[in-house]
Amino acid sequence: MSGSKHFYLGILFFIAFVLSFTFISEKQANSSAKVTYQVKIPLGIPKDLWEMFIPPDNPITPEKVELGRKLYFDKRLSVDNTVSCATCHDPKFAFAENKKVSEGVGGKKGARNAPTVLNAMFYEEQFWDGRAPTLEEQAKQPIINPIEMGMPDHDAVVKKLKGIPEYVEAFRKVFGGEITIDRVAQAIAAFERTLLTGNSPFDRFIAGDQNAISESAKRGWQLFQGKARCITCHEFNRSNPFFTDNKYHNIGVAMNREGFAELARKAEMLAKQGRLDKRKLDELALDPAYSELGRFLVTLNPKDIGAFKTPTLRNIELTAPYMHDGSEATLLDVIEFYNRGGNDNPNLSGEMRPLNLTDQEKQDLVEFLKTLTGEFPKDFPENK
Amino acid sequence: MPSEKKEEQYLKEREEFFKMLPKLNRRQFLKVAMASAAVALAKNQFPPHSFQLVEAVEAKQGGTEVKFRFAYISDTHLYERKLNERFVRAALKAVQDVNALDPQPDFVLFGGDLAQLGQAEELKLGKEILSELKPKVYMMVGEHDWYLDLGEKWIELFGKPYYSFDHKGVHFIVLNSVLVDDYWTEAKMSPMDRMKFMAQLDNPNGRPFTVGRGYGDVGKKQFEWLKQDLAKVSRDTPIVVFSHSPLYKYYKPWNFWTDDAEEVQALLRPFRNVTVIHGHTHQPVFHRIGNINFYGMLSTAWPWPYAPTGLPKLTIKMNRADPFDQFDGTGDGTVEVLANGKANKIYNLWSREPMKVTARYLESGGREEVPPLPIDPSF
Repeated sequence: MSGSKHFYLGILFFIAFVLSFTFISEKQANSSAKVTYQVKIPLGIPKDLWEMFIPPDNPITPEKVELGRKLYFDKRLSVDNTVSCATCHDPKFAFAENKKVSEGVGGKKGARNAPTVLNAMFYEEQFWDGRAPTLEEQAKQPIINPIEMGMPDHDAVVKKLKGIPEYVEAFRKVFGGEITIDRVAQAIAAFERTLLTGNSPFDRFIAGDQNAISESAKRGWQLFQGKARCITCHEFNRSNPFFTDNKYHNIGVAMNREGFAELARKAEMLAKQGRLDKRKLDELALDPAYSELGRFLVTLNPKDIGAFKTPTLRNIELTAPYMHDGSEATLLDVIEFYNRGGNDNPNLSGEMRPLNLTDQEKQDLVEFLKTLTGEFPKDFPENK
Repeated sequence: MPSEKKEEQYLKEREEFFKMLPKLNRRQFLKVAMASAAVALAKNQFPPHSFQLVEAVEAKQGGTEVKFRFAYISDTHLYERKLNERFVRAALKAVQDVNALDPQPDFVLFGGDLAQLGQAEELKLGKEILSELKPKVYMMVGEHDWYLDLGEKWIELFGKPYYSFDHKGVHFIVLNSVLVDDYWTEAKMSPMDRMKFMAQLDNPNGRPFTVGRGYGDVGKKQFEWLKQDLAKVSRDTPIVVFSHSPLYKYYKPWNFWTDDAEEVQALLRPFRNVTVIHGHTHQPVFHRIGNINFYGMLSTAWPWPYAPTGLPKLTIKMNRADPFDQFDGTGDGTVEVLANGKANKIYNLWSREPMKVTARYLESGGREEVPPLPIDPSF
């Protein structure tokens, strides 16, 4: 009885499976149409990887990239025309910033340090806590966050852009239609997918040039993979050369804030009672009172309290201060932080432990990190 | 005033209703949804007993609301602090976990193997760490606590190695299930030799754990006590047994095994609801034999791989732990004792999603309330 049911189910699944292939092959047929833009892929990033990460529903064209670039640098996307994407993700600082935490409209301070846009397209999820699945979804949020760009809502954004003739024209040209918030996000994301970084001394060393980095940096690279255990989370290999495992870890940075443990317990309670409002996620994430909960705000799983995404290490030398809250000023400070095994707290990751590095080893690690400074686009008409 | 009474009754009913909503399965939920729709149509004029339909559905499964909770911590395997900080850190983490539970559990069970080699410093360190727990702690002994001095220090610090107590209508029994035949006298082993011999896996000369046998008359006495203790308990009283080894036969070479398990199970057979919570195996493992639901506890120190044979079929295998992450595959947890006398177990895995294994899952032969399967295939 149930056996025959399983058999029919099996048949059904098989048919679905076969159908899925026809569907996929159709998609692939279109995929050549998803890229009509020639991007320069730097040494260190596998050539075919870039195209794989372009979503089929947002094909990349030169016109779209240009529109996205305009929007990226346009302060009019903020409520008082003072803040653009580039304000905090600044080409001068490898598309990050040199402030501890970002400053939005009216000098309002957030709770997190702006991560770089370079190679961000290769992350599985966006933001320090991964609350946005794609670059498109990410782009929509800061615009209407009260302490970032401060627009009241997405309708207001669209209305404001519709009052600017050149945008009306450009959207018609690129999308064949009206301005919508989704198209704004698609254009910005398309531009961001051209912001790649690579060809650092380290990439040249990996490609076979033994003289590309110093002896000290070579020792640092060995430490990075060995005694210092960095590579556990800052994954690096030829198919994933981005120094991240795309996972979330509590290394104890959140303990810098007083009352963290109490906050964590309170949050766990609220989550249990279903009283944490997910719709307000973006505001909670930047509210200093909740921000330190990190990934927990997204999953509501207690193991994620105080856990943040492993960030890339490329161009790290240019993006001080460090950590999700900008609490470590220099690379040596960061090494010291890990050397003591992070900051103890109830949720500290099991991967953290004291490393017993010597002063020479710490120096070697810093030297290695400096070899990750690579090439990236710097000059745009908008930031001349 | 009678009208007020009615109001009160209604509010109480309503509260009950909302309390049980999350516990419904899909079919029941649809029924409730229909009932609520009908109610809504009546423009919020809730007649008394408006939730009868739902309660009738509930009655089939009966009393699945949580009556009380207790927490468990097990297998800390502490070394002296100067030798090993990692296990100390893990034990402290479990203590912090339990202290942060809200609502607080009624008590905490410690599942045995507090110490690694039964030494006084290890046991004292363990006592010190557990003394930080806010709820009352019930202690159970494991073979690592016992075989250096045959329980002398442990008994001095924690009292009786087997005992029973009653809590909110449930009868709890704590056993010393790690008794073995004397292998040390004839071989003239020193206490430490005896301890290390016991701590070996795949020991061809090892002796299997028992509840009612073992060296001298210590097992016989315990078995006699258990019979008499159970004789005083009514058949309808829910029974929860704590044992260090699983009270069934899983894998002998690792002592995942109780040699007289069937005899103990026979004593428990007349009772309507029996739950056995055991330590020792350091892994999520669950089993049902006759009328008894068995659940293994997590260790705070390290996870064991599953044994090559004998794993109970109902177990949903945990994926292999990440060797870089000290806490992966380890943890602590809670047990929900339900109004119907059954128990659900929550595995609070530290680096993973928590996993809930309900009595219903075991009693339906793994067909209902199936816990989520691991993402990767098991080894």
